[in-house]
Amino acid sequence: MAAESPASKLPQRLLYLVPVLIFAVIASYFLWGLNPERDPRAVPSVMIDKPVPEFDLPPIEGMAGPGLGSADLRTGEVTLVNFFASWCLPCRAEHKFLTMLAEKMGVRLVGINYKNKALEARTWLAELGNPYQAIGADVNGRVGIDWGVYGLPETFIVDGTGRIRYRHVGAVDAYVMTEVILPLVRELSR
Amino acid sequence: MIPELGHFALILALAVALVQGVVPAWGAHRGRTGWMALAVPSAYLQLLFVALAFFALMYAFVTSDFTVVNVVRNSHTAKPLIYKITGVWGNHEGSMLLWVLILAVFGAAVAAFGRNLPPSLRARVLAVQAWIATGFLTFSLFTSNPFMRVFPPPFDGRDLNPLLQDMGLALHPPMLYMGYVGFSIAFSFAIAALLEGRVDAAWARWVRPWTLAAWCFLTGGIALGAWWAYYELGWGGWWFWDPVENVSFMPWLMGTALLHSAIVVEKRDALKAWTILLAILTFSLSLIGTFIVRSGLLSSVHAFATDPERGFFILILLSITIGGSLLLFALRAPALKAGGLFAPVSREGALVLNNLLLSVACATVFLGTLYPLFLEAFTGAKISIGPPFYSKTFAPVMAPLVAAMALGPFLHWKRSDLMGVLGRLKLAFAAAAAAVLLALYLQGGPVLALIAMGLAAWLFLGALLEWAGRIKLFQTSPGDSLRRARRLPRAAHGMTLAHAGLAIAIAGMTASGAWKEEAVRVMRPGEQLQLAGYTYTFDGVQEFDVDPRKGWNYTSTMATFTVTRNGRLVARLTPEKRLYPVQNMPTTEAGIHTTGLADLYTVIGDSDGKGGWTVRIFHEPLLPWIWAGALIMVLGGMVSLSDRRLRVGAPTRRRKAPLGAAAARA
Repeated sequence: MAAESPASKLPQRLLYLVPVLIFAVIASYFLWGLNPERDPRAVPSVMIDKPVPEFDLPPIEGMAGPGLGSADLRTGEVTLVNFFASWCLPCRAEHKFLTMLAEKMGVRLVGINYKNKALEARTWLAELGNPYQAIGADVNGRVGIDWGVYGLPETFIVDGTGRIRYRHVGAVDAYVMTEVILPLVRELSR
Repeated sequence: MIPELGHFALILALAVALVQGVVPAWGAHRGRTGWMALAVPSAYLQLLFVALAFFALMYAFVTSDFTVVNVVRNSHTAKPLIYKITGVWGNHEGSMLLWVLILAVFGAAVAAFGRNLPPSLRARVLAVQAWIATGFLTFSLFTSNPFMRVFPPPFDGRDLNPLLQDMGLALHPPMLYMGYVGFSIAFSFAIAALLEGRVDAAWARWVRPWTLAAWCFLTGGIALGAWWAYYELGWGGWWFWDPVENVSFMPWLMGTALLHSAIVVEKRDALKAWTILLAILTFSLSLIGTFIVRSGLLSSVHAFATDPERGFFILILLSITIGGSLLLFALRAPALKAGGLFAPVSREGALVLNNLLLSVACATVFLGTLYPLFLEAFTGAKISIGPPFYSKTFAPVMAPLVAAMALGPFLHWKRSDLMGVLGRLKLAFAAAAAAVLLALYLQGGPVLALIAMGLAAWLFLGALLEWAGRIKLFQTSPGDSLRRARRLPRAAHGMTLAHAGLAIAIAGMTASGAWKEEAVRVMRPGEQLQLAGYTYTFDGVQEFDVDPRKGWNYTSTMATFTVTRNGRLVARLTPEKRLYPVQNMPTTEAGIHTTGLADLYTVIGDSDGKGGWTVRIFHEPLLPWIWAGALIMVLGGMVSLSDRRLRVGAPTRRRKAPLGAAAARA
């Protein structure tokens, strides 16, 4: 396409190098991303054992209930804080396990409805059932940022004094429920 | 015994791939015919061994051989036979094997149909195919061996994820992989051309059918995946901009660009380096699509179990394949002779615009998919990117693309007259205006949806007008038009179909997205609900238990809705909620009736314990047009594929055909 002249030869050759250079940059990101130190399922170390960020969220519009604030997480009881949204597919998958934790195993479960329209959230809960003791509506995702939420669903275990003790990124499944969350909740409740 | 045979067959396939990768390439380099000729039998042999391994695994699944770890993890004796078979690729290891099998099938197809290729090109293409196979077979054997045994064998398996026990999703991976892997042929041709240092019209003609076939499969595969999400997930949506969806969409965008730029190479002997680059990028994105969900880089619902060691292996494999080929491109592509300058208003100018816009669209999706990772690397912040990003960035790129798409086919090669073409599109203007007004009258806003409907009508009419112009429909006698239609190359018919299909799909996507109506409430048997002019009567719920004789490995809660309109029966819908006891996992099966102009979509939720049930009903205008449009696009691709000019197995007639085609085009 370009005109051929000796002067433009070198820059033109360099142009052909652009794709491979771009790929090298992307690949180095991938390499960084694969670093076993970076576990998307781990809390950034700054958050663990720190008190939960201060927040006070209203309930989902049109739903009864008190909403959720950081004060509700300092009740002396170990609490699961689950970030969910109706648009999040894995949330649907983990819902059954959260329900089981809350209803069969007596774990205190609260929810933060993340970047979700009220109608959609209500519909979702009406369809699947509402296992949450309280739900705060984080409509613009501000609270999620403070918690360092990176992708839904995420579930935090907060001890009775309101400190974050564990973070699980991704859907809670049978294994995580029985082998990770329950033992930790039991241990913290002692 | 059989699994071991499968394992050995896989090892032998790797050995064959190594031979096929080295000997013919060296032969092509040194000009030794005998060495080059080895490529063909070894491609067949590789297919034989990979197929043996694949069927060995299938045998283990069908006979429920629970000494094989993979079968234990993904099967169960009570699972219906069909899902025992499809369960073979419903997991990481098995799907890798399917990938390699399809690669071998394509390789053997090149060997079989490539008799008219110059021997050195064929040898190099097959050698590159073997390099890819070597990488994948190594990956499979060393990190993801599907034939691993377990002792003592458990009493029964853990069953396949119930979401995957579905025909739509059973067929989705093979289709998708045929698309992904099909692009490997274009890639191999590109690498071979770089090695040969020559790209010409003949090369483009050889590449196009394979690209077109891959494109058809990928289009079908993506549509099938969207269709599955639509009826199985029960949210009335069909596309969620999930990373896994995005990674299948990116090769489609690039592959579509490749399809069009190859035409320019063929007709005008230009855009060569760009086309080579597109071939490399398309397959690279296919590789990323196959791998990213297995590497643990991005997590997603559909993702397979991940493992950091595997991720590292994958990255090395990607770096060698993509990095190596792009490096080769940087070294060799400048030597390709560049074609002449373009007039902006010309067929080739329009195709360049198409390529530009498709590449930008692809870059948008790429950025949206990987941006969370980039941002995290820089700032440590962890974010997620959702549909709002794509509707703001992707749609504005697609709009001019669709607008120009109606114009492009009217333009002549080399130089054309834009005003003249616009004059011929008066009817399309009228149709677009009519569509906008109709949508405005029926629905009101939003403005963007109105524009999109107008564009869809514009494109549809534009495609039809171009076709009608070629066969002089209504300008001459019907018999003469028919004769002209018969003489028109199949590729021209194919293009019209594909473009019109896209227009139909766009109308469906827009209307179902913008004007969807939704009702959710608790209903008791006998209650009625009105939505979009239809009356839904909830007749009640029946419970069904597991019944092996009927092939039900689940319990089902099935609701019945009677839908009427103005007192006349429209349909009986039976949405279900299933529970798969082995994994204790529920799935939804939506009850859908399509009127052709809209889908009536019902989902049954939970009981409120007091005789009421949560029900969710959607009215989705024009949604079936998405599937119809996708089908027409695939059909267009296939019609185009049957064009004599592109027919891979027609060596003798090939020489005459381009002349005929050119005459018909002139």
